[in-house]
Amino acid sequence: MGWIILIIFVVLIASLVGMYNSLVGLRNRVKNAWSQIDVQLKRRHDLIPNLIETAKGYVKHERETLENITKARARAMEAGSVGEKSKAEADLSGALGRFMLVVENYPDLKANQNFLALQEELTSTENKIAFARQSYNDSVLFYNNKIQMFPSNFIANFFRFVKEEFFEVEEPSERAVPKVSFTS
Amino acid sequence: MMWELISHNRRMSLFLFAGMALLLSALGYLIGAYYEPERGGYFGLAAAIGIWIVLTLISITSGDEILLKLSRAKEVTKDVHPRLFNVVEEMKIASGLPGMPKVYIVDDPAPNAFAIGLKPEKSSIAVTAGLLSKLNRDELQGVVAHEMSHIANRDTQLMTVSGIMLGSIVLISHFFLRSMWFMPSGSRRYRKSDSGGGGPQLQLILVLVTVALAILAPIFARLIYLAISRKREYLADASAAQLTRYPEGLASALEKIASAGLPLESANKATAPMYIVNPFLATGAGLAALTSTHPPTEERIRILRNMAGFADYRAYQRSFAKIKGKPTAIIPNSGIHGTKQIESRAASADLEPDKDKKAAARDVMDIMRAVNGYAFLVCACGLKMKIPPDLDQPTVNCPKCGRENRVPTAELATVGAVVEAAAEAEARATGQAPGLPPADATGGAYEYVRKGGGWESFACGCGNLLQLSPGFRGSVLSCKLCGKNTVIKQ
Repeated sequence: MGWIILIIFVVLIASLVGMYNSLVGLRNRVKNAWSQIDVQLKRRHDLIPNLIETAKGYVKHERETLENITKARARAMEAGSVGEKSKAEADLSGALGRFMLVVENYPDLKANQNFLALQEELTSTENKIAFARQSYNDSVLFYNNKIQMFPSNFIANFFRFVKEEFFEVEEPSERAVPKVSFTS
Repeated sequence: MMWELISHNRRMSLFLFAGMALLLSALGYLIGAYYEPERGGYFGLAAAIGIWIVLTLISITSGDEILLKLSRAKEVTKDVHPRLFNVVEEMKIASGLPGMPKVYIVDDPAPNAFAIGLKPEKSSIAVTAGLLSKLNRDELQGVVAHEMSHIANRDTQLMTVSGIMLGSIVLISHFFLRSMWFMPSGSRRYRKSDSGGGGPQLQLILVLVTVALAILAPIFARLIYLAISRKREYLADASAAQLTRYPEGLASALEKIASAGLPLESANKATAPMYIVNPFLATGAGLAALTSTHPPTEERIRILRNMAGFADYRAYQRSFAKIKGKPTAIIPNSGIHGTKQIESRAASADLEPDKDKKAAARDVMDIMRAVNGYAFLVCACGLKMKIPPDLDQPTVNCPKCGRENRVPTAELATVGAVVEAAAEAEARATGQAPGLPPADATGGAYEYVRKGGGWESFACGCGNLLQLSPGFRGSVLSCKLCGKNTVIKQ
């Protein structure tokens, strides 16, 4: 009889430990995913000056568009709080998107090998930012579920695991390039 | 979410592993008992396990490299194909894989892809040159996402282990049956065993069972192997759809791959299950669904396209049930419970236009040259020269226009090179001209000699493309970009 109680006890402890460890693992994954977003945002900041330099000579009449990018970049690099950052980065995405639209009118620029390579890098970085955000939100959802659902919620409360926030941004409208026609 | 799927898969793998191991042990024991009814059973068992251990060790230590070499895959760095590398990195971020997989390109015009790796930290993904030239960015992303899902879900781990078990079972029964052929009356010791056992009837039964098992075991093992690999293909499709948030990308890629109709030369029966589409389909082998390692491609495409604007697992499950006509749960409940609905995104902007066959074929050649370390040099007349890696001349004469071009010592496609090249272009535009035709006495103008009789184009010193019409009679052409004049000589 005593053996059975002992076995039950051991199994219980083991499952509690397992739950605690998995919560820790999930929380770390959330933190890691957050830092990944930062890494990709910074990467975009680094790519932009090259883009401007390469494009400058070709798009003589689009000074304003290029300046918008530079200004948006500066603001994004200075932004402090999460809210400020996410707004500034969304603005930068918008500025870049408008620029890419403009590029359609400059076949010389589009044929330039340097520019093509940079464009691929920028597209990829934009995608990586989006995926890092997606991965972060996915891991937050999973972690929050684990915290709130039975039976791991007891462990979560006991060890004070808190809910994490989603990284919400005005999603597709910011990233989708609006269809504009230059007929005038 | 992925994690629950993974642990579910792990449990199933263990279960399968145990089942196959039992089969292997039974086979070994019985075959040994057939040869030596006294103690031979245990010897056979030990031998079977021994074979399995050896195969496992080989697979763990160098299995990846062997498979990659067999498939004619070459490892590539980012320089060789930045887009592929970027897409793999994007998917690595989206799937939360702990480490970046090694990237390989296979020298084959047939489009296909596979992934291998015992652990998510140490994995590899390979893609054929044909695939790279035929798919646009969204489609490539879908394929890469599918392969990375195999890695993340630990399918590759399961496939390797099952492959080993299957291999051992096939090996043992093969040798046994072959030996039966040569020694139909069994070993010499068989006759001595009249003293033990329960008489000739029992021994006859033993023989029959052993032979039957030896014939059936590989078939059963293969069926189990195939059943798992087919289910996993669906799961990988579902994971890819959710990762990319764009099921149409993968659907369209599968369509292109299936309709390419080119057999993959470097595939063989052992490596077939790893590929994204059955590499033997194109040869018209017409395998029945039960014996194929992959579910039929049209079905996979239909399921993906039927997800009604959503990209999550639930949508895939619904679509799967509808298309198959039966409510089989393909996604484990753990993958659906607690998740929210995810809408699929729109197609990416700025995809490359579809190329014609010639352009696609040229692309494949170029990709393989890049893989093999060739550099690409664009002459001022517009010809794209391919420089082999072992060339040690400092300059090369263009075969079309005769101009001397400097051979670059580093590959041209890195972002680093892009930055340098941009700086160089800036320098050139302001009058310095490293390595280009020297400015003549008119102070910084360039020269071009016309060949006459039609349109001609050449590059200005700054890289800008200048074009001369047949009717152009002037002697000077001004570059719009850098402002430099080029003197036109007849």
